[in-house]
Amino acid sequence: MTRDVPPLDSPRNVANALRPSPRDKRQREIHTVPGEALISLHDVHVGFEDREVLQGISFDVAHGETKVLLGETGTGKTLIMKLAAGLIQPDSGRVLVMGHDVSEMPERELLNFRRSIGFVFQEGALFDSMSVSDNVSFRLREEEMDETEIEERVREALRFVEMEDALEKFPADLSGGMRRRVSIARALVDRPPVVLYDSPTAGLDPVTSQTIITLILRGRDLQDVTALLATHRVQDAFGLANFRFDKASGHVVALGGNGESGLAESLAAREKAAEGGKERNLTQPTNVLVLRDGKIYFEAPADELLLTKDEYLKKFLASAE
Amino acid sequence: MPEASATPSLTAVFADVAKRQVAAVQDYALLSVQALQCMFSPPYYWLDTLEQMDIVGVGSLPIIILAGLSIGGVLVLQTAAQFQRFGETALTGDAVSLALVRELGPAVTALLVSGRNASGMASELGSMVVTEQVDAMRALGTDPIRKLMMPRVIATVLMVPLLTVVFDFVGLCGGFLVAYTTLRLGAVQFWTRAINALDIGDVVQGLTKPVVFGLIIATVGCYCGLRVRGGTQGVGRATTTAVVISSVCALVVDFFLSRLLLYLFQ
Repeated sequence: MTRDVPPLDSPRNVANALRPSPRDKRQREIHTVPGEALISLHDVHVGFEDREVLQGISFDVAHGETKVLLGETGTGKTLIMKLAAGLIQPDSGRVLVMGHDVSEMPERELLNFRRSIGFVFQEGALFDSMSVSDNVSFRLREEEMDETEIEERVREALRFVEMEDALEKFPADLSGGMRRRVSIARALVDRPPVVLYDSPTAGLDPVTSQTIITLILRGRDLQDVTALLATHRVQDAFGLANFRFDKASGHVVALGGNGESGLAESLAAREKAAEGGKERNLTQPTNVLVLRDGKIYFEAPADELLLTKDEYLKKFLASAE
Repeated sequence: MPEASATPSLTAVFADVAKRQVAAVQDYALLSVQALQCMFSPPYYWLDTLEQMDIVGVGSLPIIILAGLSIGGVLVLQTAAQFQRFGETALTGDAVSLALVRELGPAVTALLVSGRNASGMASELGSMVVTEQVDAMRALGTDPIRKLMMPRVIATVLMVPLLTVVFDFVGLCGGFLVAYTTLRLGAVQFWTRAINALDIGDVVQGLTKPVVFGLIIATVGCYCGLRVRGGTQGVGRATTTAVVISSVCALVVDFFLSRLLLYLFQ
């Protein structure tokens, strides 16, 4: 999947996109000890009326890891994303995000806590009465940031998703892919340490889906975010597992290895790439979690999914578009 | 062969419906209290409030003026014959003034604002709910009750009394026009009697009721919108429900409020 993605203008702009602002120096309320997972679900149960959708889900997402939730429609992927953001509460079990127990927090505290996470909704969920600029700057205005800095940050975020020309447009004027990109810009504008992507490629054509995954790669590799991504597309998982965004060239490059025979090479390539200590994300493989009937059916690095002999998983892989 | 599930009895059905209605009233009361609590702590969304005041107040002016003119004129038309029978056409100004200021002004304004604005609030907020914009707002760390509901409640509570005053004045103008053309009632006689007929109790009634009606209209409209279920069909249902419930509640509360205010001022 080496694909020519237009570089971020110039190395100067890449550096500008990464420079900390006074707000970045604000403590991000991460209450975990080093090595502890940033997102943890412990025996979570969620049911609606006559059906239990999630039955004892437990998993962790380590600091810097990108975990992909795979599953058919209705398996509870979106529910897990909303649980992690505290938008819904579990019937039982605990949900810990950055050391905070979001399953027990009152809404007032959750509102403050959510300022430290980014959430990309399935259909974008842009505010349709506001322009693209107002959508992306929404959180920054709520925090009463200086107008000059807001404008700068908004332009940076939109440049990151290659939508800088759409500042004054409204969501109704944008295509589905463009709305998704603006939604990513809105989620990343404040550089949160944790980003939750709920089916960011749902309903998009393969080319636009690839663009979205590229943006997620850029967010992962340039901003060092910990991410949980829900999708029904297996290609998204492999896209994140087998490629990285190269800062120097501004292109997406393969990590090395492909398919079944490439597992060892893939892991070795990742470790070699991370030897310099700068691309610490790449020590964490992209892990995949497959949901089925409300339970975790499979959990391992993405490459192992290709090697599985399980009939259901093989059928799941074969039915991928 | 599996057994057929038992059909619930009529009592069970009624009990279920009653429980849901009680739960809805409780939910509405909690939401309204939350919205009112937001008025006493920051952040305040003054720009949003001003925008809503423009939508509710300025936007409703045309229908308020038209309705006021018509109703004032109709009042005189309907009462003129009776007053002529007793030779007391001079009382026309009194009757129109008292009817408009005490009752018709607040009630009709509430019904018009409910139809125009409660439906608008329910449909706008309902659309936001079904397209996950409200969830997005929560995910961005903003309280949707504070950002969406509070400005609408404040705007409606402030604007409905002002609209009522406009309705009353325009209604009196409409009444005078008809009285002048049909009864040949002079301007001085009409307006002097219209103003002198009112006492402080009437004015307090006429301004207290719109405040309460405004609160009902905004809270019901926002509640119906924020609790939408069932996609676009649900939004349509919520819009209708908001108008019906806010109108009926305003009229029922009007009865009790009138009783209370009459007791206090007479």
